[in-house]
Amino acid sequence: MSQVAAAIEPAESPLTPDSWGKLGMWIFLAGDAMSFGALLAGYGALRAGSIDWPVPQEVLGIQLTAFMTFLLICSSLTMVKGLAAIQQGDTKGLTKFLALTILGGVTFLGLQAYEWTHLISEGLTLTHNPFGSYLFGTTFFLITGFHGAHVTGGVIYLTVVVLRGLNGHYSAENSNGVELVGLYWHFVDLVWILVFTFVYLI
Amino acid sequence: MASNHQAPNYNMVFIALTILTAVEIGVVFMPISKIIVGIALILLALVKASLVALYFMHLKYEKFALGIVALSPLLICALLIIGLLPDLAGTKHQTKVSAAAQVESGEQVISGVTE
Repeated sequence: MSQVAAAIEPAESPLTPDSWGKLGMWIFLAGDAMSFGALLAGYGALRAGSIDWPVPQEVLGIQLTAFMTFLLICSSLTMVKGLAAIQQGDTKGLTKFLALTILGGVTFLGLQAYEWTHLISEGLTLTHNPFGSYLFGTTFFLITGFHGAHVTGGVIYLTVVVLRGLNGHYSAENSNGVELVGLYWHFVDLVWILVFTFVYLI
Repeated sequence: MASNHQAPNYNMVFIALTILTAVEIGVVFMPISKIIVGIALILLALVKASLVALYFMHLKYEKFALGIVALSPLLICALLIIGLLPDLAGTKHQTKVSAAAQVESGEQVISGVTE
């Protein structure tokens, strides 16, 4: 088996010599970035053409969201700490820091659910907005929902990596899987930085 | 996986991101022109996004060609925005029919949810 595997071992990726997986993840993230880019560009075009677009921070309130932003930055820090731990061969550190990252992601989702519930109870939905253009509600729920779906996916992905780590799957020599989930998680953080600016602050 | 670069100081990146977020909140409430606030916010967001990509995602230590892969969405999104510009020259739209009708239908939705 190992001889066969060695015989069909593909050539090294020229862009990411340590793994093809990393190149694959970057290409996926580039495509995903275009999805978010299209949503934000559409948001900008609809908003610029509207004469009754509400002032976002008056409708949404930014204190809670600022805290959610801080939470994702914290979870990005614990993510890199987890990767640094396993690169030193520290499997306990990996589990600890990734568990904290998951906690950050789950708390973010809980706060987003709270925020959505509050806004819906005020009458802001996909098709209604008592504060002005209903497209404000449409774009708000579509963009934050698309991002929330990514956080949900990231939490599941991280949980799988933690479980594999507990089974001794990762070590100082084999930490590639942790780096890949890290790339995805930081991307979700990066996108939120942009969503926070365009949807909440401006 | 043998990355031969020195690991960046992640704590400093974290502190920078936190401070920049605080600055963003401060900028929003500054009594200056909306245009300047908007430009400042976009610049701050781009700095924060770059910090995450360069240090947390290690893009600074990757090959140049991978950087091109990573930045390709920016170019395509720029083209998309240029493509959308003609739409902005059209008639402005107002989706809110009347305040009373909107509130009324809004209340119907709320009562539908609570019942």
